[in-house]
Amino acid sequence: MTEEVQRSGDVEEGVGTPGLIFNEPLLFDQGSKGRVGCTLPECDVPELKPERLLPKKLLRQDIPGFPELSEVEVVRHFTRLSQHNYGVDLGFYPLGSCTMKYNPKINEEVWRLPGFSRAHPYQPQSLIQGALELMYELEALLAEISGMDRVSLQPAAGAQGEILGMMLIRAYLESQGRPRKRVLVPDSSHGTNPASAAICGYQCVQIKSGPRGRIESQAVADAMDEDVAAIMITNPNTLGLFEDQIAEIAKIVHAKGGQVYCDGANLNAIIGISRPGDMGVDVLHFNMHKTFAVPHGGGGPGAGPVGLKAHLAPFMPIPVVEKKGKRFVLNEDLPSSVGKVRAFYGNFAALVRAYAYIRSLGPSGLRRVAEVAVLNANYIMSRLKDTYHLPYDKFCKHECVFSDARQAPHGIQTLDIAKRLMDYGFHPPTIYFPLIVRGAMMIEPTETETKETLDQFIAAMKRIAEEAERDPELLRSAPHKTKVSRLDEVKAARQPNLRWRGKGSRLP
Amino acid sequence: MQYIPNTEADCRAMLDAVGVRSSEELFADIPSKLRLKRGLNLAPPLSETGLQRHMRGLADKNADVDRYASFLGAGAYNHFIPAAVSHLVFRSEFYTAYTPYQPELSQGTLQAIYEYQTLICQLTGMEVANASMYDGSSALAEAILMAHRINGRREVVLPRSVHPEYRSVCRTYVSTLGLQLHEAPYTDQGATDLKTVRAAISNRTSAVVVQSPNFFGVLESLDELAEVAHRAGALLIVTVAEPVSFGIVRSPGESGADIVVGEGQPFGNHLNFGGPYLGFFASKDAYLRNMPGRLVGQTTDKVGRPGYVLTLATREQHIRREKATSNICTNEGLCALAATVHLSLLGRVGLRELALLNLRKTAYAKAAISALRGCELRFTGPTFNELVVRVKRGTPAQVNRALLAKRIIGGLELGRFYPELSDCLLICVTEQNSREEIDALSKTMGSGR
Repeated sequence: MTEEVQRSGDVEEGVGTPGLIFNEPLLFDQGSKGRVGCTLPECDVPELKPERLLPKKLLRQDIPGFPELSEVEVVRHFTRLSQHNYGVDLGFYPLGSCTMKYNPKINEEVWRLPGFSRAHPYQPQSLIQGALELMYELEALLAEISGMDRVSLQPAAGAQGEILGMMLIRAYLESQGRPRKRVLVPDSSHGTNPASAAICGYQCVQIKSGPRGRIESQAVADAMDEDVAAIMITNPNTLGLFEDQIAEIAKIVHAKGGQVYCDGANLNAIIGISRPGDMGVDVLHFNMHKTFAVPHGGGGPGAGPVGLKAHLAPFMPIPVVEKKGKRFVLNEDLPSSVGKVRAFYGNFAALVRAYAYIRSLGPSGLRRVAEVAVLNANYIMSRLKDTYHLPYDKFCKHECVFSDARQAPHGIQTLDIAKRLMDYGFHPPTIYFPLIVRGAMMIEPTETETKETLDQFIAAMKRIAEEAERDPELLRSAPHKTKVSRLDEVKAARQPNLRWRGKGSRLP
Repeated sequence: MQYIPNTEADCRAMLDAVGVRSSEELFADIPSKLRLKRGLNLAPPLSETGLQRHMRGLADKNADVDRYASFLGAGAYNHFIPAAVSHLVFRSEFYTAYTPYQPELSQGTLQAIYEYQTLICQLTGMEVANASMYDGSSALAEAILMAHRINGRREVVLPRSVHPEYRSVCRTYVSTLGLQLHEAPYTDQGATDLKTVRAAISNRTSAVVVQSPNFFGVLESLDELAEVAHRAGALLIVTVAEPVSFGIVRSPGESGADIVVGEGQPFGNHLNFGGPYLGFFASKDAYLRNMPGRLVGQTTDKVGRPGYVLTLATREQHIRREKATSNICTNEGLCALAATVHLSLLGRVGLRELALLNLRKTAYAKAAISALRGCELRFTGPTFNELVVRVKRGTPAQVNRALLAKRIIGGLELGRFYPELSDCLLICVTEQNSREEIDALSKTMGSGR
């Protein structure tokens, strides 16, 4: 590689080639007056004028600025936009704590079967027996996988599962006398944990991780009293480490009448090997879009079912699916229910995919998922630990966390490493999280990557570490091969431009 | 092994590199008493064809709106989805991406969300819209929480003409924070009773909520409600479960709404047995920093090219933790994309035509049903594409059974949510219902057979 080529940001042949990247204007800066991109069914009823159908003061004349495009323009527009994106189908996407595994294509076909995608939620129960059967069976599958007694499929996302889980705890404690005041949250937790506890009316008390990157039971014992409603614990935690004192912690919390909430974001690491329900966990949320291969959709929709122990079942959201003889029924009659967290029954199409995934892997396949996900993460960790600073532990579970401590003396931060990875054709890992590791890089390879891909990623990371010493500016100015270079986030926040404001409108 | 590419030999080489003999050693940190000593008790794996057959079997036990004529609405609407929507949303560059944390690799998702935010502002007549929420009901609950953050007041007027499931979700969301929700009855027009709202409102009222078209399909008098709310220093939150109405009905923004939320499913998203759907969320600029959810903004890169980023994240949970405006993490990105594509195809002309078609079909159904001896319209107010029909002969359940015998899924039996309307059906008519279907509906309703 010549110095000149390197300066331009090019990397070795075969990785990171951007190909042809179109510039694509906004929808609103295209098209022509009068264009329509679809046909509507013909009007087979009297064509009354709008003024005869609605009072004049309710009528809208026009939507100024709304798009006027043909079908081909719309198709080109969004096809080009899709080419400005990076997805799991394009390459390695090791975002820690997000479990960006391959999304099986068959699952994308089955949710679209008309009996699922074209069924109305209020159809008579005799006409939705297949949907109810699937929900009933999925609840049983998730209960067995997690060791919980019941599962609510209603929450639309992990974060909504957290709200529901904390509401169940609150309702239970209220039934025992009082809801209590505080929730214990480890300093390595996801930000959603304290935010969810706060929405449920709880104050958060932070528990510091111990020197081994785990919660020590003594720290919980010190913070635990009869005003503490629950501890929210992620296991394996966001450092990719198993909370090995969780059983003792659960005993301490239960002894004072508290409840144990488990954030199941990292279930992929232990599926088939260890079950939260056997660790003393009372409530757990699952992320269907992580462990169960539902695609992330560019930021949703996922689904966040909540598993619970029997003592919390009276408080489950309504309706619940039950089996009466051979029929499946929706039961709304739960007098102590916390109510509903969303309309209808949950993100059903996501649940269909998760069900299909579990059925295609079976018990042996699911256990193999955990084994290979953990092996892949340990492989990356062991191959990179001489290059990047590893703050915690010898072995990890599904993800490993490095820091930029060794590159910092060259003026290189985690952000620079992440951006440079793009030039090598990889999506960066999760960065600057968990908060307890300064300059964290959290790498979760998942089980669906080949050894060759992991080797390429490792090689890229090593090369970047060399570049950091030899030519730090190359990293600081990265990425070089993407559609846009680093974007001005300060400007975006200081002068918010959150919508198009008229033809020819330009930047703020 | 399905979806796990590494062979035994690959794994062996990796174990050697790690320096362990077996993958078992990598789990040594899990205490033995916490290990599952048996296999999971699940059915054995299915092959791809086996899975396909099994899933088809389940799907075939459901009815769907392609094989039946359906007059169900009530928060979930059967509209035509052009083929281009499915094809574009099915591009895996979109659906296998994550939340666009790394903007240089996510310009497609980000630009599409920026366009979505713009479209929602245009439709609602508001100044700022977020990147979407889970669904209409949780968006409404978040709007109530936002109003409380803005003015610190603790009482909310939540009329009975708002979708019963939305009200249920709002109760659940606010229950732990001690906010009070006051109901307001509906009139014979099927609209919120203004007198009660006036009486219920005070300087403790944080917000007045109204749904329009409301659960009965009736269009509410937003201007009056805005005036009543604003006079008391409260906010007007308008929720819209059927946004196709935006094509022909004056926008809530023009009537003085402060926050407009609702359900975006009718744009490009399938019925999906209730989800995933799309909560849209818009407000006046003044309330921007109190908004929940993701926001995408336009900015420039180092050489001045336009680009898009997630912005104003200091409101959010990953920065603010327990002080965040909401705990929401993801939006419903792919559903928002489907809506954006569908709205782009419809455009200025098509959306108006679609809305007008719904209005005309509903007017036709209204005329046909109100001419029947056994039925009458329960409410007199102007409606968009839904109507409440009182069944005078027999019961709504009997009518629905007679319809089902003709492969018609009738209306929603309202007694389920409103005991006083147990003789009523909520019927929805969209562009998907042909004149023949509407004729068959009214004929069966008239004869009871």
